[in-house]
Amino acid sequence: MIGLEHYLAVAATLFVIGIFGLFLNRKNVIILLMSIELMLLAVNINLVAFSSFLGDLVGQVFTLFVLTVAAAEAAIGLAILVCFFRNRGTIAVEDVNVMKG
Amino acid sequence: MTAATLAFYLFAISTITGGLFTVISRNPVHSVLWLILSFLSAAGLFVLLGAEFVAMLLIIVYVGAVAVLFLFVVMMLDVDFAQLKAEMTKYLPLGLLIGVVILMQLTIAFGVWGFSPEAQNNLAAATPTDVHNTAALGQLIYDQYFLLFQLAGLILLVAMIGAIVLTLRHRTDIKRQNIVEQILRDPEEQMDVIDVKPGQGL
Repeated sequence: MIGLEHYLAVAATLFVIGIFGLFLNRKNVIILLMSIELMLLAVNINLVAFSSFLGDLVGQVFTLFVLTVAAAEAAIGLAILVCFFRNRGTIAVEDVNVMKG
Repeated sequence: MTAATLAFYLFAISTITGGLFTVISRNPVHSVLWLILSFLSAAGLFVLLGAEFVAMLLIIVYVGAVAVLFLFVVMMLDVDFAQLKAEMTKYLPLGLLIGVVILMQLTIAFGVWGFSPEAQNNLAAATPTDVHNTAALGQLIYDQYFLLFQLAGLILLVAMIGAIVLTLRHRTDIKRQNIVEQILRDPEEQMDVIDVKPGQGL
């Protein structure tokens, strides 16, 4: 029988893979955004697993909102990326220093 | 081993494999495809958990919209990805170290974890047994969480407007058709009848 711990283990592994991806692809913003999506997916798996095993539907409502925010974030991030590429001709992270920040 | 157990392990393994190859794949197009596999398998996990609506939403929103958006951007931008990947091995030890540390912390948290006895009495919205998942979720969202639902729509609207404003550009160096100008042209002003004398020209 599959218990809650199994789902939590999958989510934890996925989250760690997301963090690993952030460090591994320090230069490529597109893969960085994908890693963030993976981490948000891990959070969603956690929310749905707890919601299912606790018998509380609110976890799934929150998953819905996380999904919405993740979609909006991806859209804005990619729009910024396209805009930046048009101006600078590169998407390497270390070239993002126009503001000298 | 029952079918549900088998399905769980199948979906779990393909979710994690998809995630891993998203991160380590050399070609970003392959990354996006692995990401799609990961999302689809996660949707399978959600179905196993009894959350069909969220599972279908995951497929529609993530695979149908977000992943395709990623694919568009990856293919549209003419970036030398081999050069971006060149220094990947430099950060490999650090990434592995931090990943292992966080995994160990999560494992420690697993060891002492358990539901509180009062948890069953403090449910915000107990799952109803008489209606299916989508109907129950709809009743909850359109009743108790209506304001948050509307705000989520507002977030999407802002994201849409933001993305359009960021990427729209009016080029001034090309000729465009101005339909209003065309319609408002007056034949009286645009044409002149000139009486040309023979042998003189204008």
